[in-house]
Amino acid sequence: MNGLRSPGVPILRLGDVLVTGLLNELDDRAAIAFTEELTERISAEGARGVLIDISRLEIIDSFVARTLMELTTVARLLGARVIVAGMRPPVAITLVELGIELVGVETALNPEQGLAALGWRQAPQPLEGARRGTSR
Amino acid sequence: MALPGESTLASHGPKRPARAEGRRPPAPAAYPVRTEEDLLTVRHAVRAATVAVGFGLVDQTRVVTAASELARNAYVHGGGGTVSLDYPREPSGRRGLRLTVTDEGPGIADLEAALTDGFTTGAGLGHGLGGARRLMDEFTVRTGPGEGTVVVVTRWAVR
Amino acid sequence: MRERLTRALQERDEEIADRWVELQMEQALLDTDIGEAELREEADALIEALVPGLQSGVPVDRVVTSTPGLHEAVVGLSMRRARAGATPTATSLAVLAIKEALLKAVQRDTRDAEELFASAVFMNRLLDVAGALSFETYVEGREEIIRRQSQQLMEQSTPVVRLWRQVLAVPLIGTLDTARTQVVMENLLQAIQDHEALVAIIDITGVPTVDTAVAQHLMQTVNAVRLMGADCVISGVRPSIAQTIAQLGIDLSTILTRATLADALAAAIKLMDGPGPDGDEGDGR
Repeated sequence: MNGLRSPGVPILRLGDVLVTGLLNELDDRAAIAFTEELTERISAEGARGVLIDISRLEIIDSFVARTLMELTTVARLLGARVIVAGMRPPVAITLVELGIELVGVETALNPEQGLAALGWRQAPQPLEGARRGTSR
Repeated sequence: MALPGESTLASHGPKRPARAEGRRPPAPAAYPVRTEEDLLTVRHAVRAATVAVGFGLVDQTRVVTAASELARNAYVHGGGGTVSLDYPREPSGRRGLRLTVTDEGPGIADLEAALTDGFTTGAGLGHGLGGARRLMDEFTVRTGPGEGTVVVVTRWAVR
Repeated sequence: MRERLTRALQERDEEIADRWVELQMEQALLDTDIGEAELREEADALIEALVPGLQSGVPVDRVVTSTPGLHEAVVGLSMRRARAGATPTATSLAVLAIKEALLKAVQRDTRDAEELFASAVFMNRLLDVAGALSFETYVEGREEIIRRQSQQLMEQSTPVVRLWRQVLAVPLIGTLDTARTQVVMENLLQAIQDHEALVAIIDITGVPTVDTAVAQHLMQTVNAVRLMGADCVISGVRPSIAQTIAQLGIDLSTILTRATLADALAAAIKLMDGPGPDGDEGDGR
């Protein structure tokens, strides 16, 4: 694999929130490239919130954990709040046993809830199939 | 935390032939850790091995994560190394997966400190060794200044 | 010596097996429901496996451990005894009883005292290893059974119940050790994902004491729940436990605790309708 490519998940913009995700095949260079690209976009577009879907990550080791923490810190310095959504149960258990606390990183069960926390609202009362959010 | 059986760590070739000992497949295998891509390869191989041994999803994640930490240690601190997999079996039939991570780097001068959380001399969080120890059932490490490092970890399947 | 024994095994296999089964029955070593037919089957298998072992040329005291079929026969036999509830002593004595049956068979071929003595010594060296192996296997077999049972027990004794829309509860009963914590975490986190739960209540009414280790395990569980994006409330904190926690200087201050399950549910519901978008666990710890 050529490490200079972007990590593969596009960064979408929904109002003042950036939405993106991480892929499982994340190597170190891809992680660094991801951080750089996201940081640039936050700054260039004046994003207020960032949602990172990590539901596809099958493991989080200390390197990925550190990447997420640094990203959160950098984003906060640039005025954006980061929410990491969709961590898999085995990943959460392993992280805790590994002794890693994602200090400062906010989490949400899934992207919908993460977006809600960032100020997006779901349509009427959320039954199972509720989908589209509208800007506040 | 003694290991059942002797771990063979002598030579340091990138690939070592499998030892057959009346065990059932999969055969032991060794993977070099020289580049970042190798780290991904190791993760894939370890994941496949955990599936072959019959680990549940959480145990699979524990072992792959521990492998990732140890392989990264060998890559970052040891200047590259080898990750070998083999499959110990207790007489009772309980199966396990053993990882032997070897490097010929500078070794660890203060092992006690390296096993304490937060100790790090490179990238990462310093959870590599201590974390891997918590994620596995058995853990031994052999190291010393100038001697390289050999970490042997085993996780047993719960049935 | 080897040839003599091999010949006896080949020619008198029936006889040896009969005698061995008979000895085991006589000694009433097996206070179990292993029947004569099964004993006979085991005997046939073991005797059959002994022949290639003896012919292999391996040193006598390693024959049992290094002949695959033989090793398996001894291990299999011992595991069955362990499962059937025989004692470890009875199990290895039963294995060792084959020596007597063998010696009897050799005795039919020779009456020479010296040769018989040499045969007996040879058999001891050959089969004492089997006795030891049997004992070892037995112990491991029991351990395996105990492990499996406690695992099952743990899984049954940590039900996750849904109390409210998006509120789950786990009543913990008994102590919270590492293995138990792993099971609780696994069940709870999976349930959180399945039900898209926002709050998990861990009820410790049934936990007799909280020491540093238990507190640490509780913290781990809470941390894992938070990583999933849900929040945690601990309920059932009795006065005595609260005192212990204070005396031990355990810091549970980042965790919401309540005295009863009802209080915890009220707190959980409040957490959910509460502060709104900005009121999420701000520090992520």
